[in-house]
Amino acid sequence: MSNTHETPVATGLAERMPGWLFPRLSGLHIVALFIALLLTGLLLIPVAQVIFVAFQNPATGALTLQNFVDFFGTSLFRESFWNSFYVSAMSVVVATAIALPLAYITTRFHFSGSILIQSLGFIPLIMPPFVGAVAMQLIFGRNGTVNLLLGERFGINIPFMEGLNGVILVQSIHYFPFILINLSASLRNIDRSMEEAAQNLGSSGMRLFRKIVFPLAMPGYVAGAALVFIKVFDDLGTPLLLNVNNMLAPQAYLRISGVGISDPMGYVISVILVAFSILSLWASFLVMRGKDYATVQKGGGGMAKRDLKPAEKVAAYGVVIFILLVVLSPHIGLALLSFGTIWSFAPLPDAYTLQNYVTMWAGSKTFIVNTVLYAGIAATLDVILGTAIAYIVIRTKIFGRKGLDYLATAALAVPGVVLGIGYLRTFHAIDVPLIGKPLASWWVIIAMALMIRRLPYALRACMAALQQVSLALEEAAESLGATKRRTIQKVVVPLMTGGILAGFVTSFATAAVELSATIMLVSSNNDAPLAYGIYLFMQTPSGRGAGAALGIVAVIVVAIGTIASQIIIERDKKLKASGDVQ
Amino acid sequence: MKLKASLCGSIAVAALTAGAAFADGKVTVITSFPESMTGPIEKAFEAANPGYDLEVLNKSTSSGVKFLEETAGSNTSDIFWASAPDAFEVLKADGLLAKVAPKSDGIPEKIGAYPMNDADGTYFGFAASGYGIMWNERYLKAHELEPAREWSDLTKPEYFGHVGMSAPSRSGTTHLTVETLLQGDGWQEGWSQWKWMAGNFRTVTERSFGVPDGVNTGNFGLGIVIDFFGFSSRASGFPVDFAYPTVTALVPANVGVVKNAPNHDGAVSFVEFLLSPEGQKVLLDPAIMRLPVNPAAYADAPEGFPNPFEDSSIGATVKFDVDKSGARYNLVNSLFDVMITYRLTDLQAAVRAVQQAEEKHAGGGNAEALALIEEARALIDQTPIDEAQSLDPEFAAIFTKKRKKATDEVEQRQAEVESRWDAMVVDNYSKARELAEKALSM
Repeated sequence: MSNTHETPVATGLAERMPGWLFPRLSGLHIVALFIALLLTGLLLIPVAQVIFVAFQNPATGALTLQNFVDFFGTSLFRESFWNSFYVSAMSVVVATAIALPLAYITTRFHFSGSILIQSLGFIPLIMPPFVGAVAMQLIFGRNGTVNLLLGERFGINIPFMEGLNGVILVQSIHYFPFILINLSASLRNIDRSMEEAAQNLGSSGMRLFRKIVFPLAMPGYVAGAALVFIKVFDDLGTPLLLNVNNMLAPQAYLRISGVGISDPMGYVISVILVAFSILSLWASFLVMRGKDYATVQKGGGGMAKRDLKPAEKVAAYGVVIFILLVVLSPHIGLALLSFGTIWSFAPLPDAYTLQNYVTMWAGSKTFIVNTVLYAGIAATLDVILGTAIAYIVIRTKIFGRKGLDYLATAALAVPGVVLGIGYLRTFHAIDVPLIGKPLASWWVIIAMALMIRRLPYALRACMAALQQVSLALEEAAESLGATKRRTIQKVVVPLMTGGILAGFVTSFATAAVELSATIMLVSSNNDAPLAYGIYLFMQTPSGRGAGAALGIVAVIVVAIGTIASQIIIERDKKLKASGDVQ
Repeated sequence: MKLKASLCGSIAVAALTAGAAFADGKVTVITSFPESMTGPIEKAFEAANPGYDLEVLNKSTSSGVKFLEETAGSNTSDIFWASAPDAFEVLKADGLLAKVAPKSDGIPEKIGAYPMNDADGTYFGFAASGYGIMWNERYLKAHELEPAREWSDLTKPEYFGHVGMSAPSRSGTTHLTVETLLQGDGWQEGWSQWKWMAGNFRTVTERSFGVPDGVNTGNFGLGIVIDFFGFSSRASGFPVDFAYPTVTALVPANVGVVKNAPNHDGAVSFVEFLLSPEGQKVLLDPAIMRLPVNPAAYADAPEGFPNPFEDSSIGATVKFDVDKSGARYNLVNSLFDVMITYRLTDLQAAVRAVQQAEEKHAGGGNAEALALIEEARALIDQTPIDEAQSLDPEFAAIFTKKRKKATDEVEQRQAEVESRWDAMVVDNYSKARELAEKALSM
């Protein structure tokens, strides 16, 4: 270990900062310790304060594991567990089927509008609460646009949104961008020489993809697939919107959030969700173990791109447009809803108006500013922490480094309402100096909650990015006399840029529409984010259109952020690429 | 009470209070009511009391209760304002509501058979609501259905797959509807009604607003909803309508002052304003549409707006026993979830099979088939516990889960009991389905 203090935290910025900001003390250990403390204070302690009931005998209050025995003894819970597992696994399969062609076509070929696809393909992640639900029902529901038209023309009705299959469909549409983003980042990082070597040896077409390209992109794919799996396993919004109760997350939520009740089984399920998420993560490590995905040469980065033949071009456009139509349908529905007057049991709204936007705009400017601020802070801290944790876990031998990863990822499985209650319980008694308010009602705590909840997304992206950076490059830099800190600044982080940006975008976009924890923590309307504003509107029949309009604003705000980072990635890639095969 | 005599409900005196601007400050309100309702009331309140600035914080009822519980140590809220009386009961039991005596004139003791205010003066009814059936006219026309006006209508086979409802464990007002029917029709008969209605459910929604939303979009045709959802949906232009069945209860929506409120006087003024004639009048705003509790306010009501103080048919049939309801509150919710919410698919299948068998044997010629159908019906009707057990305080204690003292002991665990019920219910539904299918094949 070098004795310099490395700070991935300050990379880029650090060069312009005076040296005294980065004392040359004991290096990575301090950073690891700091992160461990941060996660303990902002995640472990608040959550433990809430879920300890899971280990309490409801009758006597003594410590016990009896509740877990009850869990596995109850057929409803066993069934819920199996349903959750089935839905998660199937969602990974369907999400892969959506993401793979998009990622492959845009990274492998000269395809006009690649930037657009990469950005639009991302938007499904930004499904604002409630409005997304309503829009999906209006398009795909039993009496939604598609089924009303099908019924009129052919007399059939397809249950897109019913039962477990409905959950799988909606989850795949919602979360496939996790795979798309991480896989695309990985594909871009593959060294062209690998592919050329395979071609020289006579491999081509699907075989080349199966044997060389896809395996090399595994870190990104596994990172994305693991995220989809865990996220779907723990997700609560979609089953609730489809009123599917026989899954674990809704069971936990329904048992925790009732008025005046706190069934210990709700917390038992939360513990099981956390444990299972960590287990899945560990399983994904097993898959990746013992394989080296790093490629050394970065001079001619990115796969060779080739032009499509006219017929191929048509086919590619067909596939891409079809997929985009399906995955963007909730947002098309949302747009229609926001411009529509009354939309009830009809393929389209009765009439169109701008009134919803006028109503929405009147009181929502603060919400928008707050959202950008909170999600921006959360996502920035997320990628900083994510990069640091990734580096510590992969490149160092610090004791307990895996623990950091597991702890940060466990946040994925903690229901927002549990985190919210935990924050109130932990931080309400602490006053912020100078402001004189309890810490729990200071707006910064909302940004902190968002940061913790979205850290797993950024972390997975950063891990995948670092796995593709060869250690040899760092060793080379160090043997040429660069310090550890300088190596990380000048070599490691620049090579991780794509992954870091992917992480930033994912965290930012999803933080911008988070509701479950924020609704507990908002203590003044001036501090409220956008999702809260949507919630306000969506509680009344008359507010539906205005809520949808605010949802559209949320999508646009996030899309601007995404496209901006997309452009940065592309520019970055062009700088790296020496030239394309024509 | 440091209340000034000037703080009283009439317009003239409210104006006086407004003049006395020394009592100013921010009044923080935690509410589950939507902005479209709190907005007009906030405006009217601030116009009547220029010294006060109302800060409305919107949280769902359960988040609101949890927020107050967690922040009680250094409380920052003045008012809790929500529909469900049970949420107030929880806060009261935790000692989080202040006992106040606001001045209010002309408000009766009871609404229907339900007491208007908390007997201990910790919360007050300010608007009434009743449950009923809401339907989408376009949807019913497309499916050639008549609107259902009574609960028993909803058990008819033609409504199979067309009805939506929220779970009583999710919404306090839904709970009151369930309990009303259990008290109105009796324990066994009431549950039987619910199960045959539930057999026709499209879905059990997670939020109570999910039901009017589903009807408005036409996702399902009929919904069991609280009246103002029906009225306000109609007022916003949706092709929907609403009716009160004969067996329904009117229950008050409530407001209470939080204990150790930073602005106690302001909080009391707000409660008094809500109960005053001009505060009551705001409830008739088209976007709000809640029934005022002051009979005088109905003078300005729009044509056709129901007046429970004159129209005695609304909510009068059931003599609602609050103590009975309170004694088994969580138990009833849990029973509903076990028998209906979590096993809806099994229940639907069983009910559908019986409906089809009955249709086939409507002539009544095949005695053997009719006996099988009878048996299947009895299996679906079966409820794991009887009324006496539901009112046994020791048994109900399993579901309250709040041990007040470390020495309190509960005999069984909720998970154990629910698991037993679940096994019985699943078994009964699948047997009933088999029997009915057998009858159908005859």
